[in-house]
Amino acid sequence: MTAGRFTSLREASLLAVIVALVLLVGWRAPVFLTLRSALDVANESALLAILVAGQMVVLLTRGVDLSVASNLALTGMVCALVGQAVPSLPIGVLLALAVGVGAALGAVNGLLIALCRLPPIVVTLGTMAVYRGVAYLASGGAWVSEQDIHAGIKALPRAELLGVPLLIVIAAGVVGAVAAWLRWGPAGREVRALGNNPDAAVYVGIPERTRLLQVYALSGALAGLAGVLWVGRYAIAFTDLAAGYELTVIAACVIGGVSIAGGIGRMGGAMAGVLFIGVVNAALPVIQVSPFWQQAIAGAVILLSVALNAGSQARTRARQPILEKA
Amino acid sequence: MPEALLQLRGIEKRFGRTQALRGVDLDLVPGEALALIGENGAGKSTLVKTLTGVHAPDAGEIRFDGRAVRFARAHDAQAAGIVAVHQETVVFDELSAAENIFIGRPPTRGLAGLRVVDWRRMERDAQGWLDAAGAQFSARTPARDLGLAQRHQLEIARALSVNARVVILDEPTAALSRHEIQGIFRIVERLKAQGVAVLFISHKFDELFAVCDRYTVLRDGASVGGGEMRSADEQELVRLMVGRAVDNIYPPRHRAPGEVAMRVTALSHPTEFAGLTFEVRRGEVLAFYGLVGAGRTEAMLALIGLKPEATADVEIDCRAVDLHDPAQAIAAGLAYVPEDRRGQGALLDFPVGHNLTLPALAGPRHAWHGKLSRGPWLSARREGAFAQGLIERLRIKAASAEVPVGSLSGGNQQKVVIAKWLGLQPRVVILDEPSKGIDVGAKQAVYGLIEDMVRQGLAVVLVSSELPEAMNLADRILVMRRGRIVAEFEHGAPAEAIVAAASGIAEASAA
Repeated sequence: MTAGRFTSLREASLLAVIVALVLLVGWRAPVFLTLRSALDVANESALLAILVAGQMVVLLTRGVDLSVASNLALTGMVCALVGQAVPSLPIGVLLALAVGVGAALGAVNGLLIALCRLPPIVVTLGTMAVYRGVAYLASGGAWVSEQDIHAGIKALPRAELLGVPLLIVIAAGVVGAVAAWLRWGPAGREVRALGNNPDAAVYVGIPERTRLLQVYALSGALAGLAGVLWVGRYAIAFTDLAAGYELTVIAACVIGGVSIAGGIGRMGGAMAGVLFIGVVNAALPVIQVSPFWQQAIAGAVILLSVALNAGSQARTRARQPILEKA
Repeated sequence: MPEALLQLRGIEKRFGRTQALRGVDLDLVPGEALALIGENGAGKSTLVKTLTGVHAPDAGEIRFDGRAVRFARAHDAQAAGIVAVHQETVVFDELSAAENIFIGRPPTRGLAGLRVVDWRRMERDAQGWLDAAGAQFSARTPARDLGLAQRHQLEIARALSVNARVVILDEPTAALSRHEIQGIFRIVERLKAQGVAVLFISHKFDELFAVCDRYTVLRDGASVGGGEMRSADEQELVRLMVGRAVDNIYPPRHRAPGEVAMRVTALSHPTEFAGLTFEVRRGEVLAFYGLVGAGRTEAMLALIGLKPEATADVEIDCRAVDLHDPAQAIAAGLAYVPEDRRGQGALLDFPVGHNLTLPALAGPRHAWHGKLSRGPWLSARREGAFAQGLIERLRIKAASAEVPVGSLSGGNQQKVVIAKWLGLQPRVVILDEPSKGIDVGAKQAVYGLIEDMVRQGLAVVLVSSELPEAMNLADRILVMRRGRIVAEFEHGAPAEAIVAAASGIAEASAA
């Protein structure tokens, strides 16, 4: 959007890297090039994509939401417990519950950040621990195992809509809606403006607190939605669900060119970041990298891509003052 | 002319397709101050960076102390004794004044075989340099507690402490009050007396005439003239600067004030200002003149709802306005163009078009709300037409509405910041130091714009620290001092009386 040409150039180069990676892995292991495997990657990435859509909006405001994975675990646990207690509950109610609980947890972040003026990193670091702790309290530390998971929740990831797995449909819907909101919604533009220059945003009458509250509630709602889907996909709910996953979410955003400093980033880029992480994670087992090495290699590849990205960003920035003198 | 300490001949510098410097000649003489004059974009900043070793010139020769030199990096220039004090001061907020002065080269002493920082010596020496720079604060003061003027003093102290032989002052007075500017003048005189060569950059001619001995004019990256300051006159300098004669940068006045647009009664704040009562009519410019810190900007911020503790009765077009929310002030027809263009006005990474439409999206109740959308979504076509209209109306020079505002020149950035408010068709426009930091040509354009606004029946409130500006543009001048309105003048009042009121001399003599 801003400095449009450079951003899309970066996205194009990221996509080229992903394609090269896929072909390279496919050359070593042709099974990687099948539709089956592509659907696997997409299915695997769907939850990440939902979380990234929320996180990206938060990053645009110069904030960060570290509590998403804990929110996901707590909401997932609440839905699993409610579903276990009332097996007759329709799945629609459970989905609404997930979004509602997630949004409420996100709104707590938003209230502390917008009204009490606390730094987002501190607030969400705190609630990250609190939500995880509450998930422990709610379950008493016990697992909700496969046979106790609500049938509707378990059915979600296996359901299809017109031959496309429902998980992918939901993720596409969420990502599309958030992208449209950022692109064509007045509030979306204001969110971006807020991150670009908070002072100027206040002078033009942008309701800063309301927007911050909305943004964290949105991130929370999406984390909650991801929570119930996660429980369905893996047919289990436990306290350490998705522990540490918030960092993968932020990594996908950063790889996709979303600036931690706020105001800069496009949904297309963020989704390329999601795809990149999905492909790397799927490729390593396929080419038979030892499981002991997989995590370290995945991390190193992410680091490399962020470094390349940061380099191109710095070059774009460095060009500006010179233009100004001209 | 005595022997030059630093001599530039035919300096050229190119960035990509832009030829920033195309043949600059310049001589700096010990014990003299040279005025470097030029419009924004004439190459002054690039020249300073070349002198301080930040940029290496592509062609030309720099001679220092009679020898040809090449500064590969900033450190080399500093080691040679060339120091620049920048317009935006470069200060480490969390360090003390002393640490700032000795950053990177703290005095050390031996302790048990190790070299450790000698804090006592650092503070003692730093205090000495600060005193020499005319500063009145302790070397232990954390830099974050220093005001803008004090930061300049701190930087000058740093320059003194490295035994500078050439000191470059890049718009040192831009943000300072009259009194503080006098302090800067004294420092320049002291530097000259010590045999330092001073390069003084400023847009304010009266300052140049006050402290400089010679001048060099830069235009489009080349030096186009120079000479003795005492035999120069302002008209001639302006002609050299812009390459044509500019007889009067103020537009002709056509004023016909109408009914009262805004009436403010007893605008007060617990600490910043008290009992401000005034009104401004349609088709009128009301100026607030005063020293920096008199409370003018604070009062304007209160009007648009950014000072929640403030109280007042405000009426716009005879309707009462609530003071507690910028969105409501905007909805009521009030527009505030802040002083700090880059910091508070423009979204530099945002395209020009999106900058222009932002206030029209944000305010919940004003005339334009919803007119740029179709249903709940923004319409690119309507937004584009809105932005294009303003770009044409204000003659903003931009390649397209899609380029980021940060890539425009200072004058055009200022136009964007003003234009985005005009798009809302406000009743009252408050302009806070609208000509600060922009060159003569851009100033002329901004003044023309103010005249246009008034002709269209807008009420303009002008906050200005530049007396000629206030005197030429305003129909009435309110003088503020220490948070109160102390005097009111009609257009044509003598400058001496206005200055006296602003500095409190009038009161003293009356008492």
